[in-house]
Amino acid sequence: MSEPVPITINVNGRKRSAMVEARLLLVHFLRESLNLTGTHVGCDTSQCGACTVLLDGRSTKSCTVFAVQADGSEVQTIEGLADGDELHPLQDGFWEEHGLQCGYCTPGMIMSAVNLLEDNPAPSEAEIREGISGNICRCTGYQHIVNAIQHAAERMAQS
Amino acid sequence: MIPTAFEYRRAGSVAEALSLLQEGGPEAKLLAGGHSLIPMMKQRLAEPGLLIDIGGLDELRGIQEDGGEIAIGAAMTHAEIAASDVLRAQAPIVAETAANIGDAQVRNRGTIGGSLAHADPGADLPAVMVALDATIALLGPNGERKVQAEDFFQDILTVDLAEDEIVTGVCFQACRSAAYAKLEQRASKFALVGVAAALSLDGGTCSSARVAVTGASSHAQRLSGVEGALAGASLPGGAADAASGAGDALDFVNEDLHGSEEYRRAMTAVFARRAIEAAAGRS
Amino acid sequence: MTIADGPALPKLIGERVKRREDPRLIQGQATYVDDIKLPGMLHLAFKRSDIAHGVIRSIDTSAAAAMEGVELVITGAELAEHLGPMPIGTPFPAPDHYSVATDKVRYVGEPVAVVVAEDRYLARDAADAIEVEYDELPAVVDPEAAMEAGSATLHEGFERNIAVESYWGGTGVNPETAQPEDDSAVDAAFAEADVVVSQRMLNQRLAPNAMEPRGVVAHYEPGREYLTVWSATQNPHILRTLVAALMGLGEHQVRAVAPEVGGGFGCKINIYGEEYVAAALSRLVKAPVKWIEDRTEAFLTTTHGRDLLGYIDLAAKNDGTITGLKARIIADIGAYEVLLTAMIPTLTGLMMNGVYRLPVVRHELTEVFTNKTPTDAYRGAGRPEGLYFLERAVDMVARELGMDPAEIRRKNFVPPDEFPFATQGGLVYDSGNYEPCLDKALEVADWQGLLAERDAARAEGRIVGVGLSFYVEVCGLGPSAVVPTGGWEHSGVTVERGGKVTATTGASPHGQGNETTFAQMLADHFSIPLEDITILHGDTSVVKQGIGTFGSRSQAVGGAALISAAGKAGDKMKQFAAALMTDQEVSPEDLVFEDGRIQVEGAPEVSKTFAEVADYAYVPVPLPPGMEPGVSEEAFFEPENNTYPFGCHISMVEVDRDTGETKLLKLIAVDDCGNVINPLIVDGQVHGGLAQGIGQAMFEEVVYDEDGQPVTASFMDYVMPRAADLPVFELDRTVTPTPINPLGAKGVGEAGTIGSTPCVVNAAVDALAPFGVTHIEMPLRPERMWRLINEGGQS
Repeated sequence: MSEPVPITINVNGRKRSAMVEARLLLVHFLRESLNLTGTHVGCDTSQCGACTVLLDGRSTKSCTVFAVQADGSEVQTIEGLADGDELHPLQDGFWEEHGLQCGYCTPGMIMSAVNLLEDNPAPSEAEIREGISGNICRCTGYQHIVNAIQHAAERMAQS
Repeated sequence: MIPTAFEYRRAGSVAEALSLLQEGGPEAKLLAGGHSLIPMMKQRLAEPGLLIDIGGLDELRGIQEDGGEIAIGAAMTHAEIAASDVLRAQAPIVAETAANIGDAQVRNRGTIGGSLAHADPGADLPAVMVALDATIALLGPNGERKVQAEDFFQDILTVDLAEDEIVTGVCFQACRSAAYAKLEQRASKFALVGVAAALSLDGGTCSSARVAVTGASSHAQRLSGVEGALAGASLPGGAADAASGAGDALDFVNEDLHGSEEYRRAMTAVFARRAIEAAAGRS
Repeated sequence: MTIADGPALPKLIGERVKRREDPRLIQGQATYVDDIKLPGMLHLAFKRSDIAHGVIRSIDTSAAAAMEGVELVITGAELAEHLGPMPIGTPFPAPDHYSVATDKVRYVGEPVAVVVAEDRYLARDAADAIEVEYDELPAVVDPEAAMEAGSATLHEGFERNIAVESYWGGTGVNPETAQPEDDSAVDAAFAEADVVVSQRMLNQRLAPNAMEPRGVVAHYEPGREYLTVWSATQNPHILRTLVAALMGLGEHQVRAVAPEVGGGFGCKINIYGEEYVAAALSRLVKAPVKWIEDRTEAFLTTTHGRDLLGYIDLAAKNDGTITGLKARIIADIGAYEVLLTAMIPTLTGLMMNGVYRLPVVRHELTEVFTNKTPTDAYRGAGRPEGLYFLERAVDMVARELGMDPAEIRRKNFVPPDEFPFATQGGLVYDSGNYEPCLDKALEVADWQGLLAERDAARAEGRIVGVGLSFYVEVCGLGPSAVVPTGGWEHSGVTVERGGKVTATTGASPHGQGNETTFAQMLADHFSIPLEDITILHGDTSVVKQGIGTFGSRSQAVGGAALISAAGKAGDKMKQFAAALMTDQEVSPEDLVFEDGRIQVEGAPEVSKTFAEVADYAYVPVPLPPGMEPGVSEEAFFEPENNTYPFGCHISMVEVDRDTGETKLLKLIAVDDCGNVINPLIVDGQVHGGLAQGIGQAMFEEVVYDEDGQPVTASFMDYVMPRAADLPVFELDRTVTPTPINPLGAKGVGEAGTIGSTPCVVNAAVDALAPFGVTHIEMPLRPERMWRLINEGGQS
């Protein structure tokens, strides 16, 4: 067993300090240490994207990052996306357009889409499909997810 | 999937990383984006005793152009490379290839140095670096060492990099008339076969070319037969002829569920042609 | 008397209502099994076999047991003292199957020992420290070779590895005899046919891959002698029954909870070894325990689907009339029979009647053990296989005869006046009207335009094909005669004080949206706002009885139970309302629910609000004679038959001549699932089904090597459909209600999976037909297509 390592990560705007085992994956730090269980684990090989969070503003598979690597960084998870009681336009879009069924991939999918719309506020349908290719959904066939992201893009463009 | 335990040290400088590497010996591994290493650690295919984090080192960052020579720091992510105006203008093959590695999240974390040092047989950038005749800069206890990309990649997951050396960056001459084309393995998004072609063009005629393949074989390597056939060829019309034997010349060809040896050889010719045509279309 | 001025409430059935499940899911507030933490909870990790077939010679657990923080290490043989062999849910003979292997391993991933430790990381370390030695046996991988004399056998008493053999056929079925009948009519039909197509086809093995892996938390409280099990399951009530039985407890001592469940697709029907082990070890170590599957384990140990090899012969006349079908099917069921394993392939033959009049059929089915992960239900469960075989064969006949694929189907449809229609297999199709559905699909797709587009593309040298399929499937799984656990469903409806409604359902949705559709139904039933209704499910301590969610049964069976319970509750509300209006001499039969009131039909001024009647029901002063206080009613619904939705799918594909890569350009789906409660949700169900059906056609396959080692045990090698792989689906519907339940709804969960697979393969064969290709095995891997382009023939 290796020595615990002190880390401080700003998670959803709050500084969170902890002593962690070096091998602790960021996703487990969020889920187990901070009880932020909205971020999920769907695979072992960085393919499915269920664990996607924003690490210093960029979509990141938190199952493929050690918590110690995120020391000093900012992390945003699905729990930190809404503005108080007001849903983020992507959350609203997923609700409005039935962009989810079982909901397991949804937090990661939404966090990927946040990054996508930041890089490209008016993506084409093909760009959306390519942009979420790091996220696997088994329920929806993706069509309503594409609609949801388009819905959000339009709303964000208006505001 | 959970990695075995290890010691973690974050290096404050490349020099510190080097001394940590020496201390750690064979147990030590460098960690930048971690997108090659961590998946292997989670499957317990890699069990390093010490991880030295070099991900945040400024010394390893940056994309510079100087007199037609472009240098990329090892810790630059694929996303940063894809977004680089310098690369898009002066070596679009590099930006485009980076833009199509894996997926968005992988590109946000994975680094060029990690990709080259890990040398997955299906990685995209090694072929591009070989085609661009890039120089890979290494730093070790005895100072800097420079290795041409074609010499750097030696075998499957094997490169000319000592245990106590660090990849610090790559540099290559600006080149617009170069392109990369790949057949993606749909599950992993690695290249089943990928070919990079860098051409010197004189009007519609190719005066010289460097062409390299990844995915097909154990490691990225030049397709010298294609290069020879391209010399003096008129393009794009001559691309198919020049590429036709591309796959046959490979000594060793990978074979798996996604592609037999025969298929990969054939695809090497197909993607060589596509890469050459795309490169020729850039002039 | 008071009249509340409420707004008129719109009817919600049939409306696009946003899901009520979503706010918690889109904010990360849902609770899946892995989100559950209990004080003192310990973690399990399994040591699993890394060989396909062998006898366990020794297991050394000493290093693992010595690790700090490890509570217990236990082998299969030791655990067998606490847990007997696992029960199955089919009547077929089955070998003993222990949760953890006791003496022999039969597939890669089969557990051989279990660790209980303080945390998940440590549990994994300890499991890896267990050393197992095996005497390796030859792996049985090919199901046809498995049946040959001389093959290694997996189980004693199952010669030639055969688990189940069945045969039926002839001009009719006599289920009583279960003996081969005189089927000379079949031979005659084939002898007299103008055209016979014969094709060997593999409906390949798939991994269901719900995005949430399996997981279980078990907490046995010795002081209460009470066990609580939280599990990612589709059917908590079945879990309760089986875990109780294996633990030697009564059902009154077990609470099973399916919390938020991240998809199932059939693979979370089975009650798995890990669920029993967690329960047993919680009792043994006197602490709550948790086990969460990782994806690699999911590939190795969660049940697979399909894997049926079919030898299909179809006979027809020159005018396209189908005159006979012969099917010999070999099911590779893997190493063991689990809950429904042996039943699934039997559905295949039954559903191979399709939408056609089939004068004569002959079916042979052999289910074979191999050294692979056991199979069980996967979305469609037996129907996709059968409809694939049939719809490929019908297409081959059409091609042989030069007929339009739509017209050969039209010619053979069961006509609408023949419903209910009894098939050769003894099924009775409840309702159907196939031709309007076909016509609508042809219209939406612009079939003639599509053919012209294909021909124009071919003239340019492109490789393009179009395909069509027409399916019928079976939904509303029940009745109890065919489901060993019972085929009914249960529901409870309570009108609370203040006029709010809480309802329970034994259906256990995990993405299907029943919290919304069921609330829509109750809102209309009671004419109250949607927000006033809560639908509870998934917890046996809250939902008194239930069966679960599978076989597209939630709406058709669960919804019917809900409406029945709501009817009883409504009747009682009307009785209380009438009692409140005695001065107006109102009888309960005169009353209706209207906009939050209970009123005399057509006379809103003679009314009470729903809320005040509810309040009265709980403080009934005076209590009306003969009545009990309160309004809390329940109902079981036993369907008299299944429902048979149907549909037509059309697709267009293009194949890259150089690489063999296939691109799906279009997919049109016109489905008929009877009455629709929520079109948004129905569309979503269809989309998801389509993606999985397309996944089977184009991308997915579980592959083993000759040693029984899985080649596709991660998302690095098992190709899951991603957004960019799929086109924008074009959907439409026809509506043919079922008479089987009061809703007229048939079920839609699996439909997309069933029609799309043959549709896409038919298109791919059409694309390669100019190269002399008559059949292509799935999935449409680039190399396979490339070879066909270059070599022709079949794959």
